[in-house]
Amino acid sequence: MKRSSPSLLKATLAIVQKDLAAEFRSRELISAMLVFSLLVILIFNFALELDIKVRQSVTAGVLWTTFAFAGTLGLNRSMSVEKDRGCIDGLLLAPVDRSAIYFGKAISNLAFMLIVEAIVLPVYSMLYNVNLFRLDLLGVILLGSIGYTAVGTLLSAMAVQTRTRDVLLPILLFPIAVPVLLASVKASNGLLAGAEFAEVLTPLNILIVYDIVFIAVAFMVFDFVVEE
Amino acid sequence: MQAKPTALKVLDIASILVLAISTYLALFFAPTELVMGAVQRVFYFHIGTAWVGLLGFILAAGSGIIYLITKDMKWDRFEVAAVEVSTVFFFLTIVLGSIWARPAWNTWWTWDPRLTTAAITELIYIAYFMLRQGIDDPERRARFGAVYTLLGGVSAPVTFMVIRLFRSIHPVVIGAANANQEKMSMTPDMRVAFFFALFAFTVIFIDLIWHRLRLGNMEEKVEQLKLKVSM
Repeated sequence: MKRSSPSLLKATLAIVQKDLAAEFRSRELISAMLVFSLLVILIFNFALELDIKVRQSVTAGVLWTTFAFAGTLGLNRSMSVEKDRGCIDGLLLAPVDRSAIYFGKAISNLAFMLIVEAIVLPVYSMLYNVNLFRLDLLGVILLGSIGYTAVGTLLSAMAVQTRTRDVLLPILLFPIAVPVLLASVKASNGLLAGAEFAEVLTPLNILIVYDIVFIAVAFMVFDFVVEE
Repeated sequence: MQAKPTALKVLDIASILVLAISTYLALFFAPTELVMGAVQRVFYFHIGTAWVGLLGFILAAGSGIIYLITKDMKWDRFEVAAVEVSTVFFFLTIVLGSIWARPAWNTWWTWDPRLTTAAITELIYIAYFMLRQGIDDPERRARFGAVYTLLGGVSAPVTFMVIRLFRSIHPVVIGAANANQEKMSMTPDMRVAFFFALFAFTVIFIDLIWHRLRLGNMEEKVEQLKLKVSM
């Protein structure tokens, strides 16, 4: 009897569910990302002397650097766990479309990154007395995180299959992710400086274009990355 | 070992000749630029190396796609050859540009869109070599290399667009983006030197790629012979 394979959406959601369930039981990834983020902010505090004048111009830069570094940590870990315990082979053997694995991993990586951001933002707001909870800013952070994890998930799937895997991911990811980080910083900076929404429309458009293009490219080439 | 093909030998000599002629045209034939003076002569080689550098990266992304479709290792060897040669030429472009920028802009480096994009593109292709180095299986190395050149090829133009939001001070030779940018105009003699430099570097580029391809093929043969001996 031949059972029909589950739909792409169902398979994707199953992988997301598996990742989230594993994470909520162990909490090792999110706690590591979170502590790391807070440490990065602490280091910036002393390295840049974040007094009120400096803060106005560098808040967006500090936040995005923190997110990018913490994101790399999470991306690396979430893929190497699969590789170390041989889970990736199990996933690949499952009778589902391979892109479901990509989307599943990308969505759970995005979820981890958003959870960390959801904790870092209020802490930063409290420490430095700026209001970061604005709908437009949160939108920029969401778009930036989507682009970052979309290309990061693909590259981490490549990086874990190499000999130098722990050091390779940031080297591969940062030059490719420059547009998304720059556009996010530029848009966030504009919004924090009180610019009109129309003024940050160009970086926002670039963010949306980057997200769509890189999700599409990653979707097309992910098969080549995991194939044996 | 295969003997070097005659066509390649001819191309070697042609490369040396056109490089010599191009040097003469750039240094002696072209008139001295009025505002910038003698340092402007670096521009001919700057454009020449930049042109083949970019050409190589586009060819690499293209052959990466063809490799992913056909799975023919020949395209992987071509991709490596193109990236390797272009990385060197692109580095030369950045160095030559810095030599020009020092007297013209009074700084070796500035975070202008073109310069930043050039630096990031160079970093992408250095990362490409680090990626390949970490993989032993040649077939997987080829696949990952192709995917990465594709990502790099898509990302570089977007980087350029983003950084362009900031103001640019780089002179524009062909087609100024807006009226604020300084436009360089060339006399006919300068144009001769300019187009000859483009031609010369294209010839040198083809010659080097050909050499690198031959080297790649030989590497492949050595690998196969080693496998045969060990079996």
